Amino acid sequence: MYDILILGAGPAGLSAAVAAQGRGKRCLVLSNPGTQNPLSKAPAIHNYLGLPGLSGGELMERFLRHALDMGAELRTGRALSAMALDEAFYLTVGSEVCQGRKLILAGGVQRGQKYPGEEALLGRGVSYCATCDGMLYRKKPVVVIGRAKDAPLEANYLREIGCQVTYLSPTQPVGLREDIPYLRAGCVSVLGENTVTGVEAEGAVLPCDGVFILRESVAPADLLPGLAVEDGYIAVNRRMETNLPGVYAAGDCTGKPLQIAKAVGEGLIAGEAAAEALEAENA
Amino acid sequence: MSELIHFDQNTFVEALGAGGVVVVDFWATWCGPCRMIAPAIERLAEEFDGKATVGKVDVDQEGELAAAYGIMSIPCVIVFKDGQEFRRLVGAQPYSSFADLIRSALE
Repeated sequence: MYDILILGAGPAGLSAAVAAQGRGKRCLVLSNPGTQNPLSKAPAIHNYLGLPGLSGGELMERFLRHALDMGAELRTGRALSAMALDEAFYLTVGSEVCQGRKLILAGGVQRGQKYPGEEALLGRGVSYCATCDGMLYRKKPVVVIGRAKDAPLEANYLREIGCQVTYLSPTQPVGLREDIPYLRAGCVSVLGENTVTGVEAEGAVLPCDGVFILRESVAPADLLPGLAVEDGYIAVNRRMETNLPGVYAAGDCTGKPLQIAKAVGEGLIAGEAAAEALEAENA
Repeated sequence: MSELIHFDQNTFVEALGAGGVVVVDFWATWCGPCRMIAPAIERLAEEFDGKATVGKVDVDQEGELAAAYGIMSIPCVIVFKDGQEFRRLVGAQPYSSFADLIRSALE
């Protein structure tokens, strides 16, 4: 069991890891697969104190190296759900389960809104996890809405276990099996009363039993039911504590300004606060 | 007596027929969130020992049961009261959500 699970390997998550490792706490940092933090694409960052002009990629590399040098561990995968039980947190990453005593959410901002019908039909045909639910849709028509780089791989998996897959995404997918029909669509809604009956995409209706919506990350409130969110951002106090005991949040996910300096500062506070809480429990 | 039961079709029908509150976690080995909530389900069996029957159905082995109850997403925990579905919770939920649901079924 880790002392602290940190979700997100951006400036906030890595800053939290450095702070907590510095206090002798064992941290596991989880980061999305095959994706890049938007920061890494920035050609130059001009407003990070003392280090003007470095590219986002260079900064990210330094941040990561620093956290790893401090002893933090890094694992890639998409966090699907989290649960608290007996003063520990369990986090599902793909088909693995990680365990830690505190949880820091530093996953950045979710881009894109939910689709019409998505929320109401979640668990009634809408799924965020191909490996969890795919088997329940063998021989049935399903639609994959691919909004993550590794979504084609999950669509291929569904096809391989026998689902009749149609793939929707706004841009041409890379790595999708040739026998999976692809439809270019950005504007999508999920149809159905009690269960999913189809997907409407760019005016066309595709009948299906299941819809797999695969984004880069699962929204924090879906990850942790009961987490308080205000205006789309995780609600925190000055110690970066959320409304859930033992859960902290830092960086863009807590709100504006969406800046590196703010993320690093909040990450530090979250890392320290989590470390202090662990020390108080051990005392 | 309530130890966690691994239901098959027969034991499931038997448990429902016995009446009272029956809690069933539909799960699969390949499903990460299902494995994550496993300790919570075990805890439920302990907490409600003697009050409710708590068990699991592996949807891979008991596909017919999963189909009969329209399982579309796992984990899916269904609480039955006197043989009838009382309510279901889909997805990984906090322990308290499961416990509260069972308590309201027991009322």
